[in-house]
Amino acid sequence: MDFDLMLRVYPFFLEAAWVTIELSVLTTILGLSCGALGAAARLSRHWYLRALGAAYVSVIRGTPALIQLFILYFGGPQIGIQLDAFEAGVIGLGVNIGAYMTETMRGAIIAVDRGQTEAARTLGLSRFEAFHKVTLPQAFRLMIRPLGVNINALIKGTALVAAIAVVELTYTAQRYIGSTYKPFEMFLLSGLLYMIIIYSVGRGIAWLDRKARIT
Amino acid sequence: MSETQNFVEVRNAQKQYGALEVLKDISLTVERGQIVAIIGPSGSGKSTLLRAINDLDPLTGGEVWLDGIQVNKQLPHRQYEKHINAMRQQIGMVFQHFNLFPHLTVRGNVTMAPKLLKGITAEEADALAEEQLAHVGLSDRIDYYPSQLSGGQKQRVAIARALAMKPKLMLFDEATSALDPELVEEVNLVMKKLAEEHMTMIIVTHEMDFAASVCDRVLFMDQGVVVEEGPPEVIFKAPNEERTREFLRKHLAGGK
Repeated sequence: MDFDLMLRVYPFFLEAAWVTIELSVLTTILGLSCGALGAAARLSRHWYLRALGAAYVSVIRGTPALIQLFILYFGGPQIGIQLDAFEAGVIGLGVNIGAYMTETMRGAIIAVDRGQTEAARTLGLSRFEAFHKVTLPQAFRLMIRPLGVNINALIKGTALVAAIAVVELTYTAQRYIGSTYKPFEMFLLSGLLYMIIIYSVGRGIAWLDRKARIT
Repeated sequence: MSETQNFVEVRNAQKQYGALEVLKDISLTVERGQIVAIIGPSGSGKSTLLRAINDLDPLTGGEVWLDGIQVNKQLPHRQYEKHINAMRQQIGMVFQHFNLFPHLTVRGNVTMAPKLLKGITAEEADALAEEQLAHVGLSDRIDYYPSQLSGGQKQRVAIARALAMKPKLMLFDEATSALDPELVEEVNLVMKKLAEEHMTMIIVTHEMDFAASVCDRVLFMDQGVVVEEGPPEVIFKAPNEERTREFLRKHLAGGK
């Protein structure tokens, strides 16, 4: 194994890791937003919103994320959507993970005992007040861990945007393989950096989960 | 129909789930300060009737009135929501499984609704929590979470939570059925205390002794109808209907 080479290219990989982190953060924000909207739609009183939410989830989960990215990035210009690779990556991955987060959030909300809503409504709270004050605070605690699983998948999923030439960890590894012919070292380096990111995020999620637990 | 003289009045209540008739034309009146027990085998519709009174399980036919106002008024959705929320503030309900809010302390459970709906200040809320918890004998548990309480204590907090809204009427849906036998008494004592304070109460229960000792009137329901009603002395000692006798025989012979 060529450690000298790894040390030499290491700074460039750090830069690429930063791009991966940026991608991950923005994708998480967009994913959580799509997830919240999706879950609200799926739990709506109105059938057409429920249908819309269900369609979103099944279309996104029923097709490969790579195809979704390609449609957005390569197919987008044909219908007037011009995005650079990074933008397409964030939007494509965010909308994608949002479908999974929709199901996570919906699951957590319906896992809160019906009796909680009943008790709140019986006291005179409106549907919204009961949801906001009673159901949601309990659902939040239930969704932290499974959302952590979604975020873990999302971070690894950012590797896909290498296919549309976003200069992140995976793309950078490929680029340096082209000039060094050392795939083992290059992929090991990017794998290591992915692991550090994912491990840190995992610790953060576990900490949040502990903090939010009901005594 | 004109407004009623009775404090609580259920008129021709019907409830159908598809082809299944759970309540078949039930009428019930309760005067102010009265305590009425509803007994009957499971599946008789007694909980459904109770839950219809605050419209938690809306009736498919019939009317519910409280203090001259129809609870299940036909209104457009938004107006109805406003109306029913206002009505429910006057009707306390206690559930078999307590349904305390696990993410809030005892204080939070008791004061959430008054703070939100009556706009009381933090100091008023604290005073209210102290008052209501003293009433159920749990002043020392004010900053505990529900998970740190016994079943009997949880149910007493649930009663305090309902009373904090100063309701005109209290509904108890098998309030002691989920409790260990040794914890039933502390909840019964709180309910007896409410009876002495002339709270109007409708109580769905499996506890015949308790019904006999605190209630003014007992309704025996079976298969969606009121089979028989009367003072507890009559219902428990000398019922007229065979179905009532049979139910009591099974229930009183079954220990407890």
